[in-house]
This record gives sequence, C-alpha cells and structure tokens, in this order.
Amino acid sequence: MTAQGSRRVLAEFAYEVPPVERGYTNQTLYVNLSDNTITAKPVTEEMKEKFIGGRGFGLWLLWHAVKDDTKWNDPENEIIISSGPCGGITQYPGSGKSLVVTISPLTDIPIDSNVGGHFGPLLKFSGWDALEIQGKAEKDVIVVIDGQNGRVTIEEADGVPVDSHLVGHWLIEEMAEKEEDRYFMSVVAAGSGAEHTRIGCLNFSFYDRRRKAPRFKQAGRGGIGTVFRDKRIKAIVVKSPPVRGDSNRPADPERIARAGLRLHKEIHDYDDQQNRMRKRGTPYLVQIMDDYDLLPVHNFKFGSHPDTPKINGDVWEGRFSQGLPDGCWYGCTMSCSHAVDHYTVRTGPYKGQKVIVDGPEYETIAGVGSNCGIFDPDAILEINFYCDTYGIDTISFGTLTAFVMECYEAGILDKEKTGGLELRFGNADAAIELLHQMARGEGFGKIAGQGVRRMKEYFVKEFGADPQFVQDIGMEAKGLEYSEYVCKESLAQQGGYGLTNKGPQHDEAWLIFMDMVSNLLPTFEDKAEALHYFPMWRTWFGLCGFCKLPWNDIVPPDNAMTDEPAKIPAHVQNYVEIFSGVTGKEVTADDLITMSERVYNFQRVFNIRLGKGLREHDAVPYRSMGPVTVEEYESRAERYDKQLRELLGLDPEKMTTEEKLAALRKYREEQYEKLIDAVYARRGWTKDGVPTLETLKRLGIDYPDVVEVVKRHL
Amino acid sequence: MKVLAFDQERCVGCHICEEVCSDTWFKTTDVEKSSIRILDEGTGPLKAVFCVQCGECIDVCPTKALYRDRKGIVRLKKKLCVGCLSCVGFCPYEAMFYHPDHLEPFKCIVCGQCVKECPAEALSIVEEAAPAPTVTEQWETVVG
Ligand code: SF4
Ligand code: SF4
Ligand code: SF4
Repeated sequence: MTAQGSRRVLAEFAYEVPPVERGYTNQTLYVNLSDNTITAKPVTEEMKEKFIGGRGFGLWLLWHAVKDDTKWNDPENEIIISSGPCGGITQYPGSGKSLVVTISPLTDIPIDSNVGGHFGPLLKFSGWDALEIQGKAEKDVIVVIDGQNGRVTIEEADGVPVDSHLVGHWLIEEMAEKEEDRYFMSVVAAGSGAEHTRIGCLNFSFYDRRRKAPRFKQAGRGGIGTVFRDKRIKAIVVKSPPVRGDSNRPADPERIARAGLRLHKEIHDYDDQQNRMRKRGTPYLVQIMDDYDLLPVHNFKFGSHPDTPKINGDVWEGRFSQGLPDGCWYGCTMSCSHAVDHYTVRTGPYKGQKVIVDGPEYETIAGVGSNCGIFDPDAILEINFYCDTYGIDTISFGTLTAFVMECYEAGILDKEKTGGLELRFGNADAAIELLHQMARGEGFGKIAGQGVRRMKEYFVKEFGADPQFVQDIGMEAKGLEYSEYVCKESLAQQGGYGLTNKGPQHDEAWLIFMDMVSNLLPTFEDKAEALHYFPMWRTWFGLCGFCKLPWNDIVPPDNAMTDEPAKIPAHVQNYVEIFSGVTGKEVTADDLITMSERVYNFQRVFNIRLGKGLREHDAVPYRSMGPVTVEEYESRAERYDKQLRELLGLDPEKMTTEEKLAALRKYREEQYEKLIDAVYARRGWTKDGVPTLETLKRLGIDYPDVVEVVKRHL
Repeated sequence: MKVLAFDQERCVGCHICEEVCSDTWFKTTDVEKSSIRILDEGTGPLKAVFCVQCGECIDVCPTKALYRDRKGIVRLKKKLCVGCLSCVGFCPYEAMFYHPDHLEPFKCIVCGQCVKECPAEALSIVEEAAPAPTVTEQWETVVG
C-alpha cells in the first residue's frame, strides 16, 4: 500500500491554539480554496445559544455563505464539519461524532450527516469548533490542520492517491514522526467514485492502535463526497495535541463521569442479552427486520427472504474480529465499529490486496445485499470495501442498484442499454462491475451514479419507460435514496421518511416498532406527536456531537416499567446531566427538544429558501406506502385483503388484483395526506409545510432574512 | 503471577488496609482512593474487593494504556490513558476504581503494603498460574 506523492504548500496560516472552555474553542476555521485564504472567525454567544454546535453550526455557517440560487457545485457552497460542545468527552459512550453539512448534489438542499472517527473532536482540540471550506481549488489539494504547532496549510497534492484507504494510510505515514502521532491524527477523504457520481461519501479515520492502521467511518448520505471532490480536495488531515480525559474542559467532570459509569456498566451487564452490539454491531438488526417483514428485498418489494440467515447477525459475528474495543471514539463501550480483518479483495484495481473492511453495517447488508437479492457475505464485503474506498455511499448505491435491477427485470433496461451488465436481482458480479464503472466514470455506472431521481427522468426520456411506474418504484424522496427499511405497514414511518428535512434517512425517526408492532400510535395525533418528538430528539445528538446508538440500542432493565419506554427516560436524563456538566448551563429534558426545534425549523426554512421544503416536496414514492405491482400484492394477499375488508368494508373475493391495488392505494395515499396535516399542525407549520411566524418567534429564530423567506409562502 | 488473597474468616473489618492503600498511593486518608475495599453487607462474612489480575480490562481499553507487566500484574500507563472509564465499568470484580479528583482510574498492583499492615493477617500474596493471553496480547503477536 505504498504510494508516491509530494506536498507543496500553497497557503499557510499560523494561529495560537486556544484552550477549550466548557466544550467550545469559540472560533471556527474558514478556508477558501478559490483564493487560498485561511482565517479564524469568532463563535458568538448567539451561535452557541441558538445553534449549539455540530449540525446547528453547520447550517448557520452555510446559510450565511450561500445565495438563494446556490447549487451544490457553485464555489460558494461549503462543506462544514463540526462536532459540538459534548463531542470529545471520553467518559460517555458515543461522544465523538462529527457533523457534516453541505448543499447536496442529490437534493439541492442542505444535507447533514453524523459520522464517527476522530476528526471532529481532534479538530476541536486543535482549536476549532468547526471547519468551513468554501471555494474550489484549481488542482487537487489537501488541507492540513496542525494543532500541535498551530498551523493550517493548503497544499498541492501531486501523485497523492485519491481512494480513501490509500490516501488515509499515505498521509498518516507521511506526517507521523512517531507512533504516538498516529493516535492523534484523523484524515477525511473521499475517492474516485465520489468524483464521477452524485452519491459520494466521506471517510473519517481513526487510528486503531491494535490493528496499527487507520480505520474509517462514513459520512454517507447525500453526496458530500461529491462536493468534496468537486472542490478538488483529496484529503483533510488534522494532527491534534494528545487527548486527555479533560481535553473538552467540561464545567463539571464528575457529573459526566458518573453518567458514563452508569452506561458502561449497563452495557457490560446487558448488551449480551439485548442486542449484542459489542459482538455483532448493527447487523444484529438483519434477522429482526426479516422476522417482521421489514428487511428490504428486491427493491423494497418484499420484507423478508428465505436466504436471510446467510447474511444475518450470526454470520457477521463469525466474520468480525472479536474481543476488541471497536469504538469509533474513545470510551464507546457499545463498540459497534467492527471490522472484517485480512479480507482479500477479489476484483478491481486492488485485487489481491489484504485489507480491513470496516463494517458492514446493517444498512449496507440490507442495501447492497437483500435489497439487490444478494445473499453472499463475500460479495457484500467486496462492495462494502469498494464503496468505502471509492467514496460511495453504500445506502444510495444499494437502493439505486436495486432500482436498476427491478427496471432490468421489468424490461426497461437490457444488456444493450447497460453496456453488457446483466443487472438482475442477485447478480453480485454485475453490481460489483457497476461500482467499478462508477469509480472510472464509465458506461452505465456513470448513469446510475446520478441517483434514482435522475435515472427515472433518463429512463423515461431515453428508454421510453412508463413515468408512473418508475416514479412508483424509484425509492427516493427529495432526490435522496431511501435507507433500508420497508415502511409499507407503518404510516408513521412513511412520515418518518417523507416528512424529513434532508430526505428519507431513518436517523430522524424510526417509528416502525412503536407504530406497527406495539401499536402505540393509534391516532393521527399520536403519530404526529411521535413525528414531532423523535425527529427533534434525534436532531439533538447532532447538535452536540453524540451518537444515537447508545441512547436506545441498550436500555436499562427497568425501562419497560417507565412511563414512556420508547424515550428511554433514564438515558435522556444522562444527556441532561452531560450537557449541563459540559457547558455549565442547567437544562431540562424539554430544553433539549427546544434546542433541536430551533435548528430543525431553521433547516426547514433553509430548504424553502433553496426551492424545496414545501408540502409538495414531502411526497413519497408509492412503493414506500404499499404494493405497486400485482406480484407484490399477491405475495402478501392475505394481509392486504384483510385490510380492504376491515378498513374499507370491501369484499376482496369479488375484486381483481388490479382493483384491489387501486382501492388500497387510494386509501393509503389519503392516510398519508391526513398524516401530513396532523404533523404540520403539531410542528407549528402551515398546511403547505411552512413554519409560521409565530413558530419562528417562539423559537427565537425570527431573524429578518429568515422571516423574509417564510413570508413569501404565507 | 502474584495476586492478593483475602481470608474472610480472619478479617475483623477494621478497614486498615483501605487506609494504608490510599495513603501509599495518594498520600490521603480518603478511603475512596483505596484499591481495596472491605464490604460489610450486614449479613454473612465480610467481603473484599480488589483486582485479581484477570486482564479483562486490557481488552476494553481503547488506548492500550492497560497491559500486563513481566510479573503478570495488570498496570496502567497514565500517559496513554484518556480517562474514558471503560475499564471501570467493565471490570467483572468492580475492582478498577474512579475518583473525581483524578482523570485516570486506579487498581491494585500487588504492592503488598496492606498485607504488611493487616492486624488480622487476613491478606496475603499468593502465586497463581498466568491466565491465557488477552485478545490484545494475541494481536500484538499477529500485527508485530
Ligand atoms: S455506538 Fe458505534 S457508531 Fe456509535 S459511537 Fe459507539 S462505536 Fe461509534
Ligand atoms: S481491574 Fe478488574 S478487569 Fe482489570 S485485571 Fe483487575 S480484576 Fe481484572
Ligand atoms: S480509563 Fe484509561 S485505562 Fe481505563 S480503559 Fe480508559 S483509557 Fe484505558
């Protein structure tokens, strides 16, 4: 894995590394690649008060950087990386996340991504609450933030590799003088696939002291890697002073430590009986999803498959190296960042290399696996490895490949149109070749890499596809591919995907069990309340630098006895303690929700400002609501017939499948509209989905430029 | 491998060992800083909590701050420790301790001071077979 490259400094900025105070350094780093300026900007009290950090800071900085008509590839678009005030504490599991914000090439509105790896905290310990990159370089560059010596440079990167696993290794070897230096370095990189598609992701590294190699976590969604390569960035690297238990300088360290000890103990005592995250990570979900008919199979047509046991958590528990502290930040005893070691690459440019495959995660297994009809763990690993190193989002890749495969089987595509790729469900070799084509910017891979939304238009225009059919089966909303859950039987989750700011990603709300399995949300009001509370709650993790998983992938043994088990009240209280303990500001659980509401509504207005964010943009494809095809209906005929009978008073015996499909569709589409009304009302939005002036005032974000955007739609 | 041993039949519950330990390592009488704790649960004999050098904490430490020294004692390199307290939460014997005055946790390293001072001769140091290598130790030989 050696590479020859050279670095030449184009611009340099020297700075004093300020001490962190209660989770903030109180300055952000601004880098412009068009004119090579590098400066420090102050963090105002207003920013901290209203936007907290992380995703909040990202959106605030981006709002002030762009114009109403800025597109993803305009130079004024930015990539902002920020952890948040609690990011970098080591005592509580899941406290080292980075939040990345940019205008997405898939959705043309802001995307936010919550990613592990050490970059965000090390950036802070190097003196910066956020990194803001604007402009576009003429030639490939790397940005180096040296917090040991107080120096930021933009450097030319001739001959430096672009694919993440190579550039990550190269930079760390190039810049580390001694073994300890590697510990406190983190690289952000994309890859050749990010260059030629709209589904580029970013890899964030952390140095694994046992494997003695950088590992990578992905900021997957929304094409951030594509923006990164469009700016001609090959990598960003931070080299921080050594991390200590108090690097984040919290107001009350003991309060944080006590909360951390409670959770460490809980994970130690109960993880084995609960989700076995420490042994299998998120793949534990695969079998559960299949059991409940929620695992996407064949482009979300079905929710289960007899071959699922070939790719379920048992299998991955066997493949992952066991017994290692696989946390993506210090102190994460949830330890879900597992890896398959010594994997020998089978295809493509790195064929024969022995590599570490980071993951696969549940989303990857379900996306590139079951959703594409691929039930071969080695094929999943091959795709996982190449997606990561090429800088391609496994979720978008999985969902769009599944869409392509259905189009192929429906006759919209054939071998001639795909340039020889027989993209049928289950054809792993074709899927892998499609991925290599994306990295090379060639052939059908180039078309597919534009994402489902653009493929739909293309197939209609070029191949005469039926617009309604591709609209129905193309699993994207706002331009973003769906993440990997079948939500046909959960109206709340249809809203959990559709009524989101960034597009259908489950990190805003995951309500399927509450709604469908436990039936805790019987009325529209209940669903609306859940679609208010949970998106706000989950947004909060991204304001502070937290991971969502230690909140509800482990629960205290008495959780079921509490008033609201779905909220995990004991864990919410831990976060109250930690936020207060870090910042010194006393807060309540309700305050946390208000913090999110502010940022969430601001993001909604941001969407509106950029031309999306109204009711029409919250529409979802029918495949996410119900069966599109006869095959799909008949595969679950008993379930759907029962609903026709019980909910609509129809007699399915007397109807053709087509009639039944139509009746069910009409009903479900009406339900979704009613849900939208209820949710908008609960969120304080108009019927068109616009936050009212009252809402903006209540939240204290009635800034003149924000009000102006909203007024156009009231 | 040397480990501390406790004879509950002999212990009189004077807690002198706790004072000796915290005085030896932290120059304080605050027994919350002792690496041995004598527990009186009201019923049955007294219990002692201290590290048995099992090495489980070595595998949960993200920084490799914990290691087994040549004598088999599990020790902590403060310079590497980031104070994450994973080891405290994961010690099956609850014998890795946290104190708010310190960033790093602490544990018994079999120095033997408490053994010397125990008036009831309830404490001793015994020789035990070395446990199987930890996963971390195995990786050291793989990665080299
Ligand atoms: S739970 Fe997993 S993803 Fe979250 S912080 Fe821990 S290791 Fe990282
Ligand atoms: S501190 Fe606990 S886990 Fe570590 S060696 Fe001692 S008894 Fe074992
Ligand atoms: S507190 Fe220190 S010794 Fe214990 S697990 Fe964390 S880094 Fe390792």
